[in-house]
Amino acid sequence: MSLAEVAKNPAGTGQKLKLQHLGMVYGQDAESVPVLEDINLDVSDGEFVCIVGPSGCGKSTLLNVMAGFLPATAGTVTIDGEVVTGPDPRRILVFQERGVFPWLTVEGNIGFGLSKLTREERRQRIAHYVQAVRLQGFEHVYPSDLSGGMKQRLQVARALAVNPDILYLDEPFGALDFVTRVIMRGELHRIWQTERRTILFVTHDIDEAVQLADRVVVLSSRPARIQDILTIDIPHPRNISSPRYLQLRDDFFFWRNPVAGRDSSGPSSQQQPCWRYGISPFSGRPPRSFRRRLA
Amino acid sequence: MKLPARFRPVLFIVLLLVGWQVAIDRHPAQILPGPIAVASGIVDLLRHGILFKYIVASLFRVTWGFSLAALLGIPLGLMLGWFQRGEMAFYPLIQIFRPISPLAWIPIAILWFGVGDSAAIFLIFVGCFFPMLLIAMTAVRNIPSIYINAGRNFGLSSSEFVTRVLYPAVIPQLLVGLRITLGIAWLVVVAAEMISVNSGLGFLIVDARNAGNRYDLVVAGMVIIGIIGLLLDLAMRSLENVKSFHWSSSEE
Repeated sequence: MSLAEVAKNPAGTGQKLKLQHLGMVYGQDAESVPVLEDINLDVSDGEFVCIVGPSGCGKSTLLNVMAGFLPATAGTVTIDGEVVTGPDPRRILVFQERGVFPWLTVEGNIGFGLSKLTREERRQRIAHYVQAVRLQGFEHVYPSDLSGGMKQRLQVARALAVNPDILYLDEPFGALDFVTRVIMRGELHRIWQTERRTILFVTHDIDEAVQLADRVVVLSSRPARIQDILTIDIPHPRNISSPRYLQLRDDFFFWRNPVAGRDSSGPSSQQQPCWRYGISPFSGRPPRSFRRRLA
Repeated sequence: MKLPARFRPVLFIVLLLVGWQVAIDRHPAQILPGPIAVASGIVDLLRHGILFKYIVASLFRVTWGFSLAALLGIPLGLMLGWFQRGEMAFYPLIQIFRPISPLAWIPIAILWFGVGDSAAIFLIFVGCFFPMLLIAMTAVRNIPSIYINAGRNFGLSSSEFVTRVLYPAVIPQLLVGLRITLGIAWLVVVAAEMISVNSGLGFLIVDARNAGNRYDLVVAGMVIIGIIGLLLDLAMRSLENVKSFHWSSSEE
Protein backbone atom coordinates (compact mmCIF):
# COMPACT_ATOMS: atom_id res chain seq x y z
CA MET A 1 0.00 0.00 0.00
CA SER A 2 1.41 3.36 -0.92
CA LEU A 3 1.59 6.11 1.60
CA ALA A 4 -1.00 8.14 -0.20
CA GLU A 5 -3.40 5.25 0.02
CA VAL A 6 -2.67 4.77 3.68
CA ALA A 7 -3.38 8.40 4.23
CA LYS A 8 -6.64 8.27 2.36
CA ASN A 9 -7.72 5.07 3.96
CA PRO A 10 -6.69 5.38 7.56
CA ALA A 11 -9.10 2.75 8.80
CA GLY A 12 -7.99 0.36 6.12
CA THR A 13 -6.72 -3.16 6.32
CA GLY A 14 -3.44 -2.55 8.11
CA GLN A 15 -4.98 -1.14 11.23
CA LYS A 16 -2.44 -0.72 13.99
CA LEU A 17 -3.79 1.27 16.86
CA LYS A 18 -7.34 1.87 17.96
CA LEU A 19 -8.58 4.23 20.66
CA GLN A 20 -12.11 3.59 21.83
CA HIS A 21 -13.99 6.03 24.03
CA LEU A 22 -10.76 6.83 25.78
CA GLY A 23 -11.17 8.99 28.84
CA MET A 24 -8.82 10.15 31.55
CA VAL A 25 -9.60 11.86 34.83
CA TYR A 26 -6.86 12.96 37.21
CA GLY A 27 -7.55 12.95 40.92
CA GLN A 28 -10.61 11.74 42.73
CA ASP A 29 -14.08 12.91 43.68
CA ALA A 30 -14.42 16.62 44.17
CA GLU A 31 -10.90 17.44 43.06
CA SER A 32 -10.99 15.41 39.89
CA VAL A 33 -9.84 17.02 36.67
CA PRO A 34 -11.08 15.50 33.44
CA VAL A 35 -8.26 15.58 30.90
CA LEU A 36 -9.37 13.36 28.05
CA GLU A 37 -12.93 12.76 26.99
CA ASP A 38 -14.24 10.18 24.57
CA ILE A 39 -11.25 9.96 22.25
CA ASN A 40 -11.83 7.66 19.28
CA LEU A 41 -9.10 7.16 16.73
CA ASP A 42 -7.88 4.55 14.30
CA VAL A 43 -4.30 4.60 13.12
CA SER A 44 -3.15 2.32 10.36
CA ASP A 45 0.18 0.58 10.07
CA GLY A 46 2.99 2.84 8.94
CA GLU A 47 0.95 5.99 9.26
CA PHE A 48 2.36 9.30 10.49
CA VAL A 49 -0.21 10.99 12.69
CA CYS A 50 0.32 14.35 14.35
CA ILE A 51 -1.67 15.37 17.38
CA VAL A 52 -2.05 19.09 17.87
CA GLY A 53 -3.91 21.05 20.49
CA PRO A 54 -3.61 23.96 22.86
CA SER A 55 -0.88 23.65 25.44
CA GLY A 56 -2.02 21.96 28.60
CA CYS A 57 -4.93 20.30 26.83
CA GLY A 58 -3.77 16.78 27.51
CA LYS A 59 -1.75 15.88 24.43
CA SER A 60 1.05 14.43 26.51
CA THR A 61 -1.44 12.62 28.73
CA LEU A 62 -2.97 11.06 25.65
CA LEU A 63 0.45 9.92 24.49
CA ASN A 64 1.30 8.54 27.92
CA VAL A 65 -1.96 6.62 28.00
CA MET A 66 -1.33 5.20 24.54
CA ALA A 67 2.20 4.20 25.56
CA GLY A 68 0.87 2.45 28.66
CA PHE A 69 2.49 4.72 31.25
CA LEU A 70 -0.86 5.95 32.55
CA PRO A 71 -3.92 3.77 32.89
CA ALA A 72 -6.96 5.27 31.20
CA THR A 73 -9.96 5.82 33.43
CA ALA A 74 -12.35 4.98 30.60
CA GLY A 75 -12.15 3.23 27.27
CA THR A 76 -9.32 1.19 25.80
CA VAL A 77 -6.20 1.45 23.72
CA THR A 78 -5.84 -1.52 21.39
CA ILE A 79 -2.72 -2.29 19.38
CA ASP A 80 -2.90 -5.12 16.87
CA GLY A 81 -6.05 -6.28 18.59
CA GLU A 82 -4.34 -6.42 21.96
CA VAL A 83 -5.37 -4.12 24.81
CA VAL A 84 -2.51 -2.00 26.15
CA THR A 85 -1.92 -2.51 29.87
CA GLY A 86 1.58 -1.12 30.37
CA PRO A 87 4.73 0.09 28.67
CA ASP A 88 6.25 -2.28 26.17
CA PRO A 89 9.49 -2.18 24.17
CA ARG A 90 7.45 -2.63 21.00
CA ARG A 91 6.24 0.91 21.48
CA ILE A 92 8.74 3.53 22.49
CA LEU A 93 8.02 7.00 23.78
CA VAL A 94 10.48 9.75 22.88
CA PHE A 95 10.49 12.65 25.31
CA GLN A 96 10.79 16.34 24.64
CA GLU A 97 14.18 16.70 26.30
CA ARG A 98 16.54 15.03 28.75
CA GLY A 99 15.32 11.65 27.65
CA VAL A 100 18.77 10.16 27.01
CA PHE A 101 20.70 8.63 29.88
CA PRO A 102 23.49 11.05 30.77
CA TRP A 103 25.60 8.29 32.30
CA LEU A 104 25.88 6.39 29.03
CA THR A 105 27.76 7.29 25.87
CA VAL A 106 26.00 7.57 22.52
CA GLU A 107 26.76 3.92 21.92
CA GLY A 108 25.59 2.92 25.38
CA ASN A 109 22.33 4.80 24.95
CA ILE A 110 21.52 3.26 21.58
CA GLY A 111 22.40 -0.17 22.95
CA PHE A 112 20.34 0.35 26.11
CA GLY A 113 17.41 -1.80 25.04
CA LEU A 114 19.54 -4.42 23.30
CA SER A 115 20.88 -6.47 26.19
CA LYS A 116 19.17 -9.62 24.91
CA LEU A 117 21.10 -9.54 21.63
CA THR A 118 24.49 -11.17 21.16
CA ARG A 119 27.48 -8.89 21.27
CA GLU A 120 27.93 -8.96 17.52
CA GLU A 121 24.27 -8.28 16.75
CA ARG A 122 24.29 -5.45 19.20
CA ARG A 123 27.37 -3.93 17.66
CA GLN A 124 25.80 -4.04 14.19
CA ARG A 125 22.50 -2.62 15.38
CA ILE A 126 24.25 0.24 17.15
CA ALA A 127 26.39 0.98 14.11
CA HIS A 128 23.32 0.98 11.88
CA TYR A 129 21.44 3.49 13.99
CA VAL A 130 24.44 5.68 14.65
CA GLN A 131 24.52 6.00 10.89
CA ALA A 132 20.76 6.42 10.55
CA VAL A 133 20.71 9.48 12.79
CA ARG A 134 24.08 10.72 11.54
CA LEU A 135 26.01 10.60 14.77
CA GLN A 136 29.10 8.95 13.28
CA GLY A 137 32.20 9.97 15.14
CA PHE A 138 30.26 10.59 18.36
CA GLU A 139 29.92 6.96 19.43
CA HIS A 140 31.96 7.42 22.60
CA VAL A 141 30.74 10.87 23.53
CA TYR A 142 28.56 11.52 26.57
CA PRO A 143 25.25 13.36 26.08
CA SER A 144 26.51 16.37 28.03
CA ASP A 145 28.86 17.03 25.13
CA LEU A 146 26.12 16.81 22.50
CA SER A 147 23.93 19.63 21.20
CA GLY A 148 20.18 19.60 21.82
CA GLY A 149 19.43 18.38 18.31
CA MET A 150 21.97 15.59 18.59
CA LYS A 151 20.46 14.45 21.88
CA GLN A 152 17.06 14.21 20.28
CA ARG A 153 18.47 12.25 17.36
CA LEU A 154 20.15 9.99 19.87
CA GLN A 155 16.83 9.45 21.61
CA VAL A 156 15.17 8.56 18.32
CA ALA A 157 18.02 6.17 17.53
CA ARG A 158 17.73 4.50 20.93
CA ALA A 159 14.02 4.07 20.33
CA LEU A 160 14.40 2.71 16.80
CA ALA A 161 17.17 0.32 17.81
CA VAL A 162 14.77 -1.96 19.70
CA ASN A 163 12.69 -2.30 16.55
CA PRO A 164 9.40 -0.90 17.83
CA ASP A 165 6.19 -0.98 15.78
CA ILE A 166 5.15 2.39 17.07
CA LEU A 167 7.05 5.52 17.99
CA TYR A 168 5.35 8.03 20.21
CA LEU A 169 7.03 11.40 20.02
CA ASP A 170 6.14 13.97 22.66
CA GLU A 171 7.04 17.36 21.20
CA PRO A 172 10.47 15.96 20.42
CA PHE A 173 11.73 19.14 18.78
CA GLY A 174 9.92 21.58 21.05
CA ALA A 175 13.02 22.60 22.95
CA LEU A 176 15.18 23.14 19.88
CA ASP A 177 15.90 26.36 18.03
CA PHE A 178 14.09 27.08 14.80
CA VAL A 179 16.75 26.03 12.33
CA THR A 180 17.55 22.80 14.16
CA ARG A 181 13.85 22.06 14.33
CA VAL A 182 13.46 22.37 10.58
CA ILE A 183 16.47 20.13 9.99
CA MET A 184 15.19 17.57 12.50
CA ARG A 185 11.83 17.42 10.74
CA GLY A 186 13.61 16.52 7.55
CA GLU A 187 15.67 13.90 9.36
CA LEU A 188 12.64 12.37 11.03
CA HIS A 189 10.77 12.21 7.77
CA ARG A 190 13.71 10.55 6.06
CA ILE A 191 13.97 8.01 8.87
CA TRP A 192 10.24 7.37 8.74
CA GLN A 193 10.41 6.71 5.02
CA THR A 194 13.27 4.25 5.34
CA GLU A 195 12.24 2.55 8.57
CA ARG A 196 8.48 2.40 8.07
CA ARG A 197 7.21 2.71 11.60
CA THR A 198 3.87 3.98 12.78
CA ILE A 199 4.46 7.38 14.31
CA LEU A 200 2.28 9.40 16.64
CA PHE A 201 3.73 12.83 17.00
CA VAL A 202 2.49 15.39 19.52
CA THR A 203 3.25 19.00 18.72
CA HIS A 204 1.81 22.46 19.14
CA ASP A 205 3.51 23.63 15.97
CA ILE A 206 0.98 23.68 13.13
CA ASP A 207 3.66 23.95 10.46
CA GLU A 208 5.42 20.95 11.86
CA ALA A 209 2.20 18.94 11.76
CA VAL A 210 1.30 19.94 8.22
CA GLN A 211 4.81 19.27 6.97
CA LEU A 212 5.15 15.83 8.48
CA ALA A 213 1.82 14.13 8.95
CA ASP A 214 -0.45 11.98 6.86
CA ARG A 215 -3.23 13.04 9.15
CA VAL A 216 -3.48 15.67 11.85
CA VAL A 217 -5.67 15.11 14.88
CA VAL A 218 -6.88 18.36 16.40
CA LEU A 219 -7.68 18.33 20.10
CA SER A 220 -9.81 20.86 21.93
CA SER A 221 -8.70 22.51 25.14
CA ARG A 222 -9.19 20.61 28.36
CA PRO A 223 -10.88 18.22 28.63
CA ALA A 224 -9.47 17.22 25.28
CA ARG A 225 -11.80 15.85 22.69
CA ILE A 226 -11.00 15.19 19.09
CA GLN A 227 -12.22 18.26 17.35
CA ASP A 228 -11.21 17.40 13.88
CA ILE A 229 -9.03 15.06 11.87
CA LEU A 230 -7.44 16.53 8.79
CA THR A 231 -5.89 14.51 6.03
CA ILE A 232 -2.81 16.14 4.57
CA ASP A 233 -2.92 15.00 0.97
CA ILE A 234 0.22 16.72 -0.26
CA PRO A 235 2.88 14.36 -1.61
CA HIS A 236 6.37 14.47 -0.17
CA PRO A 237 8.64 16.37 -0.38
CA ARG A 238 6.18 19.02 0.59
CA ASN A 239 6.52 22.42 -0.92
CA ILE A 240 5.77 24.75 1.93
CA SER A 241 4.87 27.61 -0.38
CA SER A 242 2.45 25.67 -2.54
CA PRO A 243 -1.13 26.97 -2.49
CA ARG A 244 -2.44 23.67 -1.16
CA TYR A 245 0.01 23.72 1.75
CA LEU A 246 -0.85 27.27 2.66
CA GLN A 247 -4.54 26.52 2.40
CA LEU A 248 -4.28 23.53 4.71
CA ARG A 249 -2.24 25.51 7.17
CA ASP A 250 -4.70 28.35 7.17
CA ASP A 251 -7.46 25.87 7.80
CA PHE A 252 -5.88 25.26 11.16
CA PHE A 253 -5.53 28.87 12.04
CA PHE A 254 -9.04 29.84 11.11
CA TRP A 255 -10.82 26.71 11.86
CA ARG A 256 -12.34 25.75 8.58
CA ASN A 257 -12.79 22.11 7.93
CA PRO A 258 -11.30 21.32 4.54
CA VAL A 259 -12.87 17.87 4.40
CA ALA A 260 -16.42 19.04 4.65
CA GLY A 261 -15.54 22.29 3.00
CA ARG A 262 -17.55 24.18 5.55
CA ASP A 263 -16.73 27.48 7.10
CA SER A 264 -17.17 26.85 10.74
CA SER A 265 -18.76 29.77 12.46
CA GLY A 266 -16.55 28.71 15.33
CA PRO A 267 -16.98 26.00 17.87
CA SER A 268 -18.12 26.91 21.33
CA SER A 269 -15.71 29.22 23.03
CA GLN A 270 -14.53 26.48 25.34
CA GLN A 271 -13.49 24.36 22.40
CA GLN A 272 -11.60 26.88 20.38
CA PRO A 273 -8.06 25.92 19.61
CA CYS A 274 -5.69 28.15 21.43
CA TRP A 275 -3.51 29.13 18.52
CA ARG A 276 -6.36 31.21 17.35
CA TYR A 277 -5.40 33.50 20.16
CA GLY A 278 -2.01 32.34 21.21
CA ILE A 279 0.62 31.18 18.83
CA SER A 280 -1.00 32.29 15.61
CA PRO A 281 1.44 34.25 13.45
CA PHE A 282 -1.27 36.88 13.18
CA SER A 283 -0.93 37.76 16.84
CA GLY A 284 -4.39 36.85 17.91
CA ARG A 285 -6.61 38.34 15.29
CA PRO A 286 -6.41 37.45 11.63
CA PRO A 287 -5.42 40.33 9.34
CA ARG A 288 -8.24 42.20 7.72
CA SER A 289 -8.11 40.35 4.42
CA PHE A 290 -8.51 37.04 6.20
CA ARG A 291 -11.25 38.33 8.40
CA ARG A 292 -13.18 39.22 5.32
CA ARG A 293 -12.65 35.74 4.06
CA LEU A 294 -13.98 34.31 7.26
CA ALA A 295 -17.04 36.52 7.27
CA MET B 1 56.95 40.10 40.67
CA LYS B 2 53.97 37.98 39.74
CA LEU B 3 53.41 34.65 41.45
CA PRO B 4 51.74 31.77 39.65
CA ALA B 5 48.10 31.55 40.74
CA ARG B 6 48.44 28.37 42.72
CA PHE B 7 51.13 29.80 44.98
CA ARG B 8 49.06 32.77 46.01
CA PRO B 9 47.02 30.92 48.67
CA VAL B 10 50.28 29.51 50.04
CA LEU B 11 51.77 32.97 50.23
CA PHE B 12 48.69 34.21 52.06
CA ILE B 13 48.95 31.41 54.61
CA VAL B 14 52.62 32.17 55.14
CA LEU B 15 51.74 35.82 55.74
CA LEU B 16 49.14 34.83 58.31
CA LEU B 17 51.62 32.56 60.08
CA VAL B 18 54.16 35.35 60.22
CA GLY B 19 51.50 37.71 61.59
CA TRP B 20 50.55 35.11 64.20
CA GLN B 21 54.16 34.66 65.27
CA VAL B 22 54.78 38.41 65.46
CA ALA B 23 51.64 38.92 67.53
CA ILE B 24 52.65 36.14 69.95
CA ASP B 25 56.16 37.58 70.30
CA ARG B 26 54.87 41.06 71.08
CA HIS B 27 52.34 39.81 73.61
CA PRO B 28 53.85 36.70 75.19
CA ALA B 29 50.99 35.95 77.64
CA GLN B 30 49.90 32.32 77.54
CA ILE B 31 46.85 32.65 75.30
CA LEU B 32 47.98 30.65 72.33
CA PRO B 33 51.26 29.03 71.30
CA GLY B 34 52.91 30.52 68.24
CA PRO B 35 53.38 28.70 64.95
CA ILE B 36 57.00 27.86 65.68
CA ALA B 37 56.05 26.24 68.97
CA VAL B 38 53.31 24.28 67.23
CA ALA B 39 55.69 23.14 64.50
CA SER B 40 58.21 21.95 67.05
CA GLY B 41 55.32 20.23 68.84
CA ILE B 42 54.55 18.30 65.67
CA VAL B 43 58.20 17.36 65.33
CA ASP B 44 58.14 16.21 68.95
CA LEU B 45 55.15 13.98 68.28
CA LEU B 46 56.79 12.58 65.18
CA ARG B 47 59.99 11.83 67.06
CA HIS B 48 58.15 9.89 69.73
CA GLY B 49 56.28 7.91 67.07
CA ILE B 50 52.97 8.94 68.54
CA LEU B 51 51.65 10.99 65.66
CA PHE B 52 51.32 8.25 63.08
CA LYS B 53 49.99 5.82 65.62
CA TYR B 54 47.27 8.25 66.60
CA ILE B 55 46.41 9.20 63.03
CA VAL B 56 46.05 5.54 62.13
CA ALA B 57 43.90 4.93 65.20
CA SER B 58 41.57 7.80 64.29
CA LEU B 59 41.35 6.78 60.64
CA PHE B 60 40.64 3.22 61.67
CA ARG B 61 37.58 4.29 63.69
CA VAL B 62 36.37 6.63 60.99
CA THR B 63 36.71 3.93 58.35
CA TRP B 64 34.61 1.50 60.36
CA GLY B 65 31.94 3.91 61.52
CA PHE B 66 31.63 5.57 58.15
CA SER B 67 31.60 2.32 56.16
CA LEU B 68 28.97 0.75 58.40
CA ALA B 69 26.79 3.84 58.09
CA ALA B 70 27.16 3.86 54.31
CA LEU B 71 26.59 0.12 53.96
CA LEU B 72 23.41 0.24 56.02
CA GLY B 73 22.20 3.75 55.32
CA ILE B 74 22.47 3.81 51.53
CA PRO B 75 20.52 0.63 50.68
CA LEU B 76 17.94 1.38 53.34
CA GLY B 77 17.59 4.97 52.14
CA LEU B 78 17.26 3.87 48.52
CA MET B 79 14.53 1.44 49.50
CA LEU B 80 12.65 3.96 51.61
CA GLY B 81 12.90 6.51 48.83
CA TRP B 82 11.56 4.08 46.27
CA PHE B 83 8.63 2.74 48.26
CA GLN B 84 6.52 5.69 49.25
CA ARG B 85 4.89 3.93 52.16
CA GLY B 86 8.26 3.20 53.70
CA GLU B 87 9.13 6.83 53.40
CA MET B 88 5.85 7.90 54.95
CA ALA B 89 6.44 5.59 57.89
CA PHE B 90 10.07 6.42 58.57
CA TYR B 91 10.46 10.03 57.55
CA PRO B 92 9.23 11.59 60.84
CA LEU B 93 11.37 9.19 62.86
CA ILE B 94 14.45 10.02 60.83
CA GLN B 95 13.79 13.71 61.21
CA ILE B 96 13.60 13.30 64.99
CA PHE B 97 16.82 11.28 65.24
CA ARG B 98 18.82 13.33 62.79
CA PRO B 99 19.14 16.55 64.81
CA ILE B 100 20.28 14.69 67.93
CA SER B 101 24.00 15.43 68.15
CA PRO B 102 26.15 12.30 68.09
CA LEU B 103 27.67 13.62 71.32
CA ALA B 104 24.34 13.12 73.05
CA TRP B 105 24.78 9.41 72.39
CA ILE B 106 28.05 9.22 74.32
CA PRO B 107 26.58 7.93 77.62
CA ILE B 108 24.52 5.34 75.79
CA ALA B 109 27.49 4.33 73.64
CA ILE B 110 29.55 3.74 76.76
CA LEU B 111 26.68 1.92 78.42
CA TRP B 112 26.32 -0.43 75.46
CA PHE B 113 29.90 -0.88 74.34
CA GLY B 114 32.00 0.13 77.34
CA VAL B 115 35.03 2.31 76.93
CA GLY B 116 36.90 1.43 73.76
CA ASP B 117 36.95 1.39 69.99
CA SER B 118 33.43 0.06 69.55
CA ALA B 119 31.90 2.97 71.42
CA ALA B 120 33.77 5.47 69.24
CA ILE B 121 32.83 3.59 66.10
CA PHE B 122 29.21 3.52 67.22
CA LEU B 123 29.21 7.28 67.73
CA ILE B 124 30.62 7.86 64.26
CA PHE B 125 28.07 5.46 62.87
CA VAL B 126 25.21 7.33 64.53
CA GLY B 127 26.55 10.63 63.27
CA CYS B 128 26.79 9.41 59.69
CA PHE B 129 23.85 7.05 59.41
CA PHE B 130 20.93 9.48 59.48
CA PRO B 131 22.35 12.02 57.03
CA MET B 132 23.32 9.17 54.71
CA LEU B 133 19.85 7.68 54.93
CA LEU B 134 18.22 10.99 54.18
CA ILE B 135 20.51 11.74 51.25
CA ALA B 136 19.88 8.32 49.70
CA MET B 137 16.13 8.79 50.12
CA THR B 138 16.20 12.19 48.49
CA ALA B 139 18.43 10.92 45.72
CA VAL B 140 15.87 8.31 44.73
CA ARG B 141 13.01 10.73 44.94
CA ASN B 142 14.88 13.19 42.72
CA ILE B 143 15.45 10.78 39.85
CA PRO B 144 13.76 12.46 36.90
CA SER B 145 10.62 10.50 36.04
CA ILE B 146 11.78 10.51 32.43
CA TYR B 147 14.64 8.12 33.28
CA ILE B 148 12.29 5.85 35.17
CA ASN B 149 9.76 5.86 32.35
CA ALA B 150 12.44 5.28 29.74
CA GLY B 151 13.73 2.35 31.78
CA ARG B 152 10.26 0.86 32.03
CA ASN B 153 9.65 1.46 28.35
CA PHE B 154 12.57 -0.71 27.31
CA GLY B 155 11.22 -3.65 29.24
CA LEU B 156 13.89 -4.04 31.93
CA SER B 157 13.44 -6.59 34.69
CA SER B 158 13.46 -5.28 38.25
CA SER B 159 17.09 -6.21 38.85
CA GLU B 160 18.16 -4.75 35.52
CA PHE B 161 16.24 -1.62 36.37
CA VAL B 162 18.12 -1.24 39.64
CA THR B 163 21.57 -1.76 38.15
CA ARG B 164 21.08 0.11 34.89
CA VAL B 165 18.80 3.03 35.78
CA LEU B 166 18.36 3.48 39.52
CA TYR B 167 21.98 3.04 40.53
CA PRO B 168 23.60 5.25 37.87
CA ALA B 169 20.92 7.89 38.39
CA VAL B 170 21.58 8.27 42.12
CA ILE B 171 25.37 7.95 42.04
CA PRO B 172 26.17 11.66 41.72
CA GLN B 173 24.00 12.60 44.70
CA LEU B 174 25.30 9.68 46.73
CA LEU B 175 28.87 10.81 46.13
CA VAL B 176 28.04 14.24 47.43
CA GLY B 177 26.37 12.59 50.40
CA LEU B 178 29.41 10.44 51.09
CA ARG B 179 31.62 13.48 51.05
CA ILE B 180 29.42 15.32 53.51
CA THR B 181 29.13 12.36 55.87
CA LEU B 182 32.84 11.67 55.76
CA GLY B 183 33.28 15.22 56.97
CA ILE B 184 30.83 14.52 59.79
CA ALA B 185 32.66 11.31 60.67
CA TRP B 186 35.90 13.21 60.98
CA LEU B 187 34.24 15.75 63.26
CA VAL B 188 32.72 13.08 65.46
CA VAL B 189 35.81 10.93 65.83
CA VAL B 190 37.67 13.70 67.65
CA ALA B 191 34.85 14.19 70.13
CA ALA B 192 34.44 10.45 70.62
CA GLU B 193 38.15 9.96 71.27
CA MET B 194 38.16 12.64 73.93
CA ILE B 195 35.88 10.55 76.06
CA SER B 196 35.85 6.88 75.27
CA VAL B 197 39.38 5.83 74.26
CA ASN B 198 43.02 6.52 74.95
CA SER B 199 44.50 6.86 71.52
CA GLY B 200 43.80 8.94 68.43
CA LEU B 201 43.96 12.62 67.63
CA GLY B 202 41.05 13.57 69.88
CA PHE B 203 42.74 11.82 72.78
CA LEU B 204 46.00 13.58 71.91
CA ILE B 205 44.37 16.96 72.43
CA VAL B 206 42.75 16.10 75.75
CA ASP B 207 45.85 14.27 76.94
CA ALA B 208 48.18 17.15 76.05
CA ARG B 209 46.10 19.50 78.12
CA ASN B 210 45.56 17.18 81.09
CA ALA B 211 49.13 15.92 81.24
CA GLY B 212 50.85 19.29 81.49
CA ASN B 213 49.04 22.07 79.71
CA ARG B 214 51.06 21.42 76.54
CA TYR B 215 49.03 23.82 74.42
CA ASP B 216 51.59 23.59 71.64
CA LEU B 217 50.58 19.94 71.29
CA VAL B 218 46.88 20.82 71.51
CA VAL B 219 47.19 23.20 68.57
CA ALA B 220 49.46 20.74 66.76
CA GLY B 221 46.69 18.15 67.07
CA MET B 222 44.15 20.63 65.72
CA VAL B 223 46.37 21.45 62.74
CA ILE B 224 46.86 17.76 61.95
CA ILE B 225 43.09 17.15 62.18
CA GLY B 226 42.46 20.02 59.79
CA ILE B 227 45.01 18.83 57.27
CA ILE B 228 43.76 15.24 57.29
CA GLY B 229 40.16 16.43 56.97
CA LEU B 230 41.19 18.45 53.94
CA LEU B 231 42.94 15.45 52.39
CA LEU B 232 39.88 13.24 52.95
CA ASP B 233 37.67 15.81 51.29
CA LEU B 234 40.03 16.10 48.33
CA ALA B 235 40.02 12.33 47.93
CA MET B 236 36.21 12.25 47.85
CA ARG B 237 36.15 15.12 45.38
CA SER B 238 38.46 13.31 43.02
CA LEU B 239 35.99 10.42 43.10
CA GLU B 240 33.26 12.78 41.97
CA ASN B 241 35.30 13.74 38.96
CA VAL B 242 35.28 10.27 37.47
CA LYS B 243 33.60 10.81 34.11
CA SER B 244 30.74 8.33 34.25
CA PHE B 245 30.01 9.40 37.83
CA HIS B 246 29.78 13.12 37.47
CA TRP B 247 27.24 13.41 34.70
CA SER B 248 24.70 15.35 36.70
CA SER B 249 26.56 18.60 37.12
CA SER B 250 27.19 19.02 33.43
CA GLU B 251 23.71 17.96 32.43
CA GLU B 252 21.67 20.47 34.33
